[in-house]
Order: sequence, then C-alpha cells, then structure tokens
Amino acid sequence: MRYLPLTDVDREQMLKVIGTKNIDDLFVDVPKSALLKDIVPLPKAQGEIEVHRHLQRLAEKNTPAGRTAFFLGAGAYRHHVPASVDHLIQRSEFLTAYTPYQPEIAQGTLQALYEFQSQVAQLLDMEVANASMYDGSTGCAEAAMMAARVTKRKKIVFSGGVHPHYVDTARTACEALGLEIVALPAAVDDEAAVTKELGADVAAVIVQSPNVFGTVTDLTKIGEAAHGAGALMVATFTECVSFGLIEPAGAYGADIVCGEGQSIGNALNFGGPYVGLFAVKEKYIRQMPGRVAGETLDADGKRGFVLTLSTREQHIRREKATSNICTNSGLCQLAWTIHMTLLGEEGLRKLATLNHEKAIALADALDKVSGVEVLTKRYFNEIAVLLKKTAQEVVDKLADKGVIGGVAMSRLNPKAGMDNVLITCATEMNTDEDIAAYAKALKEVLQ
Amino acid sequence: MTKRYTKDHEWVELNGDIATVGISTYAAEQLGDVVYAELPDAGKSFKQGDDMAVVESAKTASDVYAPISGEVVEANAEIKSEQWQIINDAPQAGGWFVKLKIADKSELDGLMDQAAYDDYVKGL
Repeated sequence: MRYLPLTDVDREQMLKVIGTKNIDDLFVDVPKSALLKDIVPLPKAQGEIEVHRHLQRLAEKNTPAGRTAFFLGAGAYRHHVPASVDHLIQRSEFLTAYTPYQPEIAQGTLQALYEFQSQVAQLLDMEVANASMYDGSTGCAEAAMMAARVTKRKKIVFSGGVHPHYVDTARTACEALGLEIVALPAAVDDEAAVTKELGADVAAVIVQSPNVFGTVTDLTKIGEAAHGAGALMVATFTECVSFGLIEPAGAYGADIVCGEGQSIGNALNFGGPYVGLFAVKEKYIRQMPGRVAGETLDADGKRGFVLTLSTREQHIRREKATSNICTNSGLCQLAWTIHMTLLGEEGLRKLATLNHEKAIALADALDKVSGVEVLTKRYFNEIAVLLKKTAQEVVDKLADKGVIGGVAMSRLNPKAGMDNVLITCATEMNTDEDIAAYAKALKEVLQ
Repeated sequence: MTKRYTKDHEWVELNGDIATVGISTYAAEQLGDVVYAELPDAGKSFKQGDDMAVVESAKTASDVYAPISGEVVEANAEIKSEQWQIINDAPQAGGWFVKLKIADKSELDGLMDQAAYDDYVKGL
C-alpha cells in the first residue's frame, strides 16, 4: 500500500467542513510575532560522513562529566550505573513493550512495574507507590494538586529548602487549578518554617530532606503540626540514594512522598528523561495520580498482573481524571528497578555510606580553604558553602581549571539573595584526587 | 411519594421536604460490582444537574448528578464506611446515596415516573 499525504483537494474539503477559508485561519490565536515568516534557513544536504564529522565537532564542544573533577548535584547526580542495567533494559521483551497499551498481554512489563512499586514503597517507607511519574519536579507538582483534592483546600506552602525548580514547576501546573503557591524564602536549615503558615486554608506543606542545600531534617514535628491543622505533609527529595542511610519521610508520617529517582539506574541524560517516585498513604490511593500495576490470579488460578485503579485515568474519566499524566517513565523506571534489584538492601546501604564518606571528605577539604564556610550541618552527599566571591564567578573560573565545582544558588533562584552560596556534591564517582584538585583550584580562585 | 427518575439513572424520592437520592437498579446492573463511591459531605449544596457523587466499578467510574437542587443533610453512612455491596444489593432502597433538603419542588415535574422510566430503559 502506498501512503499518500493529503492532496490540495482533500485540504480544501476539510477546511470547507469546519468552515474556514484557509489554513492560516487556524493559527489566528498565535501572536504575529511568534509566527515564522520564512522557511528556516538550513544548509544544503550533506552525506553521512560529513554529517557525522559535523556532529562530532559539535559534541566535542561539550565537557563530559567523566573528563573532569565533577561535583554537580542540585537535582541530578552522577552515579555508577552497572553495564548490566543498560543491557537488560534493551532486551526486546522490555524495549518493545515500552508502555502497556494492551496491559494484560504485557505481563513482563506489568510485573516490572509491580516490583518497582514494591521497591519504591519499601524505600520510602510508605504503604503504596504508583508506577512512576515523569520526574521529581512534576511528581511534586502532582502531589500539590493531589493534596488540594484530598483536603478540598487551595493553598500550598513550600519550604525554603525545596529545589526552586520544583516550586516553579508546581506554580506552572497549579495555576490553572486556582491553587495558591506560597514559597518561603530560601533557607539552608529551616524546613520547620512552613508550620508558621498553617491555617484552615492550607492543603499541604511541602518540605524536602535532604533539601536543596543538602540539609537532612527530622520531619516528625512538621508532620504533626500539619495534621493538627488538617493539612497534609508532602515530602520531596532529589537524591534517593540518601535513603540507604537516612530515614525516609514515610517514617516521619508524611502523607505523600515524591521525588527524583534518577540516581538509581539512570545517567545524567542532559537533565532528562528521568523517573519520578511517588508514594502515598493507602487511604489516599484513589486520589493518587498515575497508574498502578496490581497482582491478581488469572482464570486458572495462576499469578498474574493487571493495571488497576485505572478507572481514574484520562482514557476513562477524560477531563475529570485525577491527573493529566498519561504514561510513566517506563524505560527509566525499568532501569531503576533493575539497578535497585542488583544493589539489594545491603548494596544500597553500602552505596549510600560511600557517598556520605566522600561528602565528608569534600566538606573537610573545602572547609580548610580560606574564604569558604560550610553552611550545611547535617548532610548526606551534598553541601552548601558560602564563598567570599560570587558563586557563579567561582564556578566559571573552576571550570577553566578542569573542576566542575557545583551549582551556584543564584542560578537556581536569582532572587534568593544567596549569590555567594554554592551547592556542591560528592558521590562514589569522586576520587580522592578529584577532591584534592577541587580544594587546590578553589584556593587559587579565591585568592 | 413514589420515585422519580432522571435520564442519567438517578432516582429521587420526596418525604416532606427531604429528598432521598440514589442510582437506579438498571444503573447498578450496568456498572457491575461497585468498588468505590465518593459521596458529598452534609452541608454541601448542589444545583440540579451538578456533579454530586462518583461511583466506581471494576470497569468504569461514573459521575452521579444531582437530580434536583438542594443541600445535603445526610450521606449514607453504610456507603461512607465502605460497605459498597449495599449499592449493588439494594440500589433503590438501602443503597441510597444522600438525602437533600429540596430547594424547588417544581424541578420534580421534569423527571420521569416509574412507567416512563421503564419505557426509557427499554429503549436503550
């Protein structure tokens, strides 16, 4: 069969049916300034060799993380992903069954989702988890919307420790629902400040531990205060490896725990695709966004898997669906599950310990540099430091010396008034030489 | 008073100025086993035709609309305590959803009586 695109006659007939004269009429809502006037000027067609050479030159302009002393965190973490993970996710049984459009015939995919949910619930110490969200920030936004549905209230309070991009994402997602987002001023160690905002109109307080400055917080009292005021406590996170060592928010009574899963199984990937982890108390399961794989018995009494509670999803409920997430980060979620399975409880604990040890070594080394003050007192693998020069300037100068030193807070939130604060992170990938090189370069830059 | 029905398969039965509301036997049969229902709290007011409750079975989730305008004075405690079975067992008796304080009795005139509803269901 030949595929024939629309003919001019087809187009004319279609326009006639919908009552428009020409195609441009369909774009009247687009501002004139945003419309393309001419064809985009593209170079002439080239052969494969030339294109490959050109792309290679472009790629060489990048600095791969592995070629530097690399200390970036603040939401995306460089960890070792075993080669077996990449191999297993590319098996055709998984790769081609990417998303279960006919769920029950993709038993392997459903079972992987089921195992993933079980692992997430266990890791976060929660009763139920969904089959994943797009990433940590969109998961956090969904948590805000879910809290509003559960409490029938409209105000969401973010602590000054939540990653600024997570707050921005929630703002974008919640605006159309008429929810009010209150973001407290950036604070290295003051998650509890959210409790001062509690009132009869607050749906949820959203806190983060470890927070964007790396601070680890016992959230018990915040949860109690939130519940006392009829609000939910939502806890988010950017570094899920931390829960190999520290108590997850589920242990502190959080109603929704959501955050970024990239650290396990997934490379930096230029910032995405990532995988959001999302878990709730069981009593809120019907307000939980996304899909859930469940275990069941088939007609012969054999163990099988199904997508369950999907009556709340878009394909059935349309505009009344609990959320607008229409898939899950299938392949990233699978990589997470496989990596976590390979690690096991003991492996995760060892990995987390290694991270913490490296962070202690980093903090100690930087603390000895004149003009540097370590701000974060209780941390996992990430710390904030106060520099005597602006952090962005220092980051740029460090890069010239082959050290990717961290993320300037001013880059995440220019209005935070923290221009001299640098967020820096160490993982199992950092060698002692990396840390020594960082301290040496920082000393030179700050002189 | 006897029951009156909407095209969306809700029933309403008036007693004084309190109207008991539920879903019809036909609706309950079409849904299959109910696995969840979300009822409004007392004190909430609805206009005729507003989304009032959600009833969910293994295959679908459906809105239940207010058949008449009024304020909720009571929601079925049995359903609230997750005894969904009552909706399938006795949709037009013990499986009622809410009691509304009726705002405008004339709205009942636009609803079907038993015979009209039976005819309507036969035609579906």
